[in-house]
Amino acid sequence: MTENRTSGLDRRAFVRLGVAGGAASLVAACGWDGGNALRPRLLDISRLNDWVGEKILFAPTRLARTYTAAERSAMLPGYFISNSLPTLATPSAWRLRVDGLVRQPLDLSLDDLMGMPRVTYTVKHHCVEGWSAIATWHGVPVSAVVRRCQPLDAARYIRFVSFDSDYSNGWDMASALHPQTILAYGLNDHPLPPAHGAPLRLYAPTKLGYKMTKYLVSLTFTDKRPGGYWEDQGYPWFGGI
Amino acid sequence: MSDGPAPTAHTAPSTARAPVRRHHWIVRLTHWATLVLVSGMIASGLQIYEAYARFGNRGGPLFPSPFDGAQFPHWSRLGGWLAGALNWHFALMWPLVTVGLLYLGYLVKSGEWRALLFRPRDVRGAIDMTKYYLRLRPDHPPQGKHNPLQKLAYTSIYLLGALAVLTGLAIYKPVQLSWLTALFGGFQATRYWHFWIVWIFVAFTITHVILVFAVDPASFRAMLTGRYRGRFPSHD
Repeated sequence: MTENRTSGLDRRAFVRLGVAGGAASLVAACGWDGGNALRPRLLDISRLNDWVGEKILFAPTRLARTYTAAERSAMLPGYFISNSLPTLATPSAWRLRVDGLVRQPLDLSLDDLMGMPRVTYTVKHHCVEGWSAIATWHGVPVSAVVRRCQPLDAARYIRFVSFDSDYSNGWDMASALHPQTILAYGLNDHPLPPAHGAPLRLYAPTKLGYKMTKYLVSLTFTDKRPGGYWEDQGYPWFGGI
Repeated sequence: MSDGPAPTAHTAPSTARAPVRRHHWIVRLTHWATLVLVSGMIASGLQIYEAYARFGNRGGPLFPSPFDGAQFPHWSRLGGWLAGALNWHFALMWPLVTVGLLYLGYLVKSGEWRALLFRPRDVRGAIDMTKYYLRLRPDHPPQGKHNPLQKLAYTSIYLLGALAVLTGLAIYKPVQLSWLTALFGGFQATRYWHFWIVWIFVAFTITHVILVFAVDPASFRAMLTGRYRGRFPSHD
C-alpha cells in the first residue's frame, strides 16, 4: 500500500510509489507466511476473529470519538491500486448505482447525494499498517441510501465497487448501517480530492482504511459475503476496530 | 531464575541429593508453550511493525524510539508480509491467552502463587538481597523457594504479560475498546507501549537463561522433567 501527501497531487510521485509499493509487497509475499499447510488454517482462524469482531465486539450504536477541527493532522496519506490516479473522463456523467436485492434500484448523482441528510465529523483514521491521522469528513449516511432503496430481507451484505482497477469491498449490514458509516463527498471542508477517492468514497471511523472503498461506482445488496481486493489476499475481512 | 550460593539452614550438606518434585506438568507445559507462542508473537509483531516503523499520528510529533524506520532481520520476522503476519499474530493470541489463564489458574488452585507473588512484606527481604548482591552484607539472606528479588522479577513479568495482552487488545479494537486505548494514552501511545513490552520481555528472558545456566543448571532439567536435584530449596 503506497501513500502520498494530501497536498501536491504529483502524479509521477504517485506512480513511483505505486510501483515501489507493488514490488515491495511482491517480494514480501515471497517470504514465509506459514506455507500451504498452515496458511488455510490461519485464514480459518481469521474468519473466527471476524465473527468475534462482528458479533461480540462490534456495538451497532457505539460511536467513535470525535475531535475538533483544530486537531486535524497536518497530512493524510492516500493510496490507490491503479497505475495512475483514477479520474473520471466526464465527472458530470458519474452516477452511483444502487442495485442487487433491493425493491428500488437507484442511480444517484452527486447532487442527489448532497441533497440527502448530511453528516460531518472529525475522526481518527486507523490504517492496518499502524498509522493514524485525524480528518474531517462530509457525506451522507449509508443508512439514508438504504432507506431509499429498501433492501429485501435476504440482503445481508453490501458490495462496494470502485473505478480504481478492480478494487472493491464487502461489508456486513450492521457495519454499513452504523450512524458513522457514510458515503463521503467532502474532506476537511473541501470537495473530496482525487487522491482520496473523488467523487465519492465510503468512510467509517469504526473500520480500518482498506475497508473504505474509494472512487465508488456502485453498491450491490447481496445475500452472499462479497470478497474484496485486500481481503481476498489474506487481510481480515471484517476489518472493524 | 535463580541466584547465588544458598547457605540456608535446611539445605542438607549431602552430595547425593534425592530428587524433589518441583514443577507440576501444567507449569512445565505452559512454560514451554509460552516460549514458543511468545516467540511467534514477537516474530509476527516485528513484521507488523515494519509497515509503519514509528509511533505518532501522521504529520504530528513522534514518540522517541531508537527503532524509527527500522527493519528487523528477515530471520526474525514471521508472516512474509503484513497480512500474513497479522493472521499469525491474531491466531497465536488465542492459545497464548489460554496458556496464560491455565497457568494462572494452576497457581491459584495449587497455592503456589504464594512463593511467586511479591508482596509488601517482601520489601525488607528485597533490600537485604540487594545489599548482598552489592557486597554490602557478607551472608546470603535466608530464603524459601524464591528470594524476594526473584519474586519481584516474576511478579513484574506477570504484570508485563497482562499489559501485553491489554495493550494488544487496545490496538486491535481502538474504537470498541476506546476506554482501554484512552487509558494507555491513545492509539499511537498504546502501539508504543505494546512494542516496548517486547524488549523488556526479551531482556528478562536473556537474564533468566543466563541465571539458570550460570547459577542453577539443575533448574533447567527440573523444568523439563519436573524433578529437581539442585542445591536450592524447592519449597517455602
